[in-house]
Amino acid sequence: MEIIISILAGVLFAVGIYNMLQKQLLRIAIGTGLVSHAAHLFILTMGELKRGAPPIIKEGITEYTDPLPQALILTSIVISFGVTSVVLVLAYRTITENDTDNMEQLRGNKYE
Amino acid sequence: MSNLAILPIILPLFAGIIVAITNKHTGITRLLTKFFSVVGLAFSIYLAWIVLNGETIVLETGSWMAPYGIVFVADSLAVLIVVTTNIVATACAFYAPHSLPESKEKHYFYAFFFFLISGVSGAFLTGDLFNLFVFFEVLLMASYALIVLGGGREQLRESLKYVLINLLSSVVFVTAVAFLYSVLGTVNMAQIAERIQDVEQQGILTTIGVLLFFVFATKAALFPLYYWMPRSYTVPNPVVSALFGALLTKVGVYSILRVFSLMFVYKIDYTHTLFIWIAALTLIFGIIGALSTNNVKLIIAYNVIPAVGFMMLGIGVLNQEAVSGSVFYLVHDMIIKAALFMIVGVIVYVAGTTDLRKMGGLIHHYPVLGWLLFISALVLAGVPPFSGFIGKLLILQGAVANDVIVVVLIGLLTSLLILYSVMKIFIHGFWGEKDATHVKKSTKGMIGPIAFLIAISIALGIGAEFIYPSVESIATYLLDPEIYIESVLKE
Repeated sequence: MEIIISILAGVLFAVGIYNMLQKQLLRIAIGTGLVSHAAHLFILTMGELKRGAPPIIKEGITEYTDPLPQALILTSIVISFGVTSVVLVLAYRTITENDTDNMEQLRGNKYE
Repeated sequence: MSNLAILPIILPLFAGIIVAITNKHTGITRLLTKFFSVVGLAFSIYLAWIVLNGETIVLETGSWMAPYGIVFVADSLAVLIVVTTNIVATACAFYAPHSLPESKEKHYFYAFFFFLISGVSGAFLTGDLFNLFVFFEVLLMASYALIVLGGGREQLRESLKYVLINLLSSVVFVTAVAFLYSVLGTVNMAQIAERIQDVEQQGILTTIGVLLFFVFATKAALFPLYYWMPRSYTVPNPVVSALFGALLTKVGVYSILRVFSLMFVYKIDYTHTLFIWIAALTLIFGIIGALSTNNVKLIIAYNVIPAVGFMMLGIGVLNQEAVSGSVFYLVHDMIIKAALFMIVGVIVYVAGTTDLRKMGGLIHHYPVLGWLLFISALVLAGVPPFSGFIGKLLILQGAVANDVIVVVLIGLLTSLLILYSVMKIFIHGFWGEKDATHVKKSTKGMIGPIAFLIAISIALGIGAEFIYPSVESIATYLLDPEIYIESVLKE
């Protein structure tokens, strides 16, 4: 199971980075979203995937889930949600102010 | 008692919320900002006094024992940098009302300013690698808001790049923490250090270490990851540039210093040799950038890069002298970079242009400003007896002891060129014929904070005798990870 999810995370990373390397701004924004998804999936996988065991250690209990990755992933999801919305708003404003969504034209030596 | 450790994080957070509420009344907000920043400075000095005289304060939140709960560690290095952060913040709080137009102040500048300080202090004080990521995000979120304040065309364009590069490095940070968790099963820094020591840092751990280095190097603007930095530091308002130049890159340097003196110290041949050569390239490319432009803001922004190079050299060499040099230089550089960005802000304001070729003769109208720039150029380049000299001397002494003479020569040459690049502003901007048509603009209130920072900087240089023993003991402390591990895990 871990292997499959790891491969999935890798594919998401690849797709995200491919999108981030494009010239169109919206694609870059989508790419960042995909890359963060990949990272979240990856954190979850790193704590071992298990079902049917509560995150409790008591005497005599051998089957338990590790709660820490879930706490980490939750924090990370909230943060990346906020950042993604910032990126979208910023991209929209940049596009309207500069009249282009092409990164080639946003390099920064045109107006100087 | 141990609750004191979290005070530098909580206080700006509350201050930020309060000034967000009073935002509509600009007069009150300014007063509250000054009040809270001075109180923050006073408390952080008190905290530093306790820690430097006694021992490390460790706060275990909710009384959960160290490896299980979240810890905040106020050790000697952290408190020293927190005090410096608060000095810079106080100067910025007094400078901001005179430098910002009121419309920008009304867009919650002061609230985000305090959130930034809170995030930076948190990054210095945390004892947990995942929380380091969280505080990075706190300070980055505040910085996203600050950098885009005003929303001009160029500003939006550069902010977007700044946000994207930081977003990517944050994702890599999370991934590196996940890797580290799967290998070692912990995110507590002390326990990570202990476990890496147990397994003698096998290959996979070195890989994760370099992944973390990539993240911090992006934040710290090291070669070859500095390309986003100079332009995005020149587009916002001067006071925001001062905050960024003084604090944000230094958070990256601090993290490298912490992680690579505490955790990944068992394969020095590989990692730290890499640092030395990256430091050399950072010095060279940073100073070439500073020399290549006539834009005064860009000159100062590029000057951030060689400074980071010097600190990296100290971390790479990793002996007593070099590490104490790096710590000293870190404190020195935070203060002087804030002062320089502020000075340049005033120059651009009075001259009405950022282009050096269109300036001239400013010394006739603004003598105090001119001499402040002159002194700060000497401080920055490291002319004795100023503070830059002592930091560089220690770093280069350490480097000589480790036989990296080539890098030492590069460092010395870079120092000279740094002096030239800043003197260029003085010569072209301040010398020359008096411009009779120039209408003198009021610099009231802007000179005070700059003079305050430069006075502290000079005091650091002349009073080095008094400061050096504590810097030296910090270096001894950093070179022995056992002390940190013991004070956190209490074994």
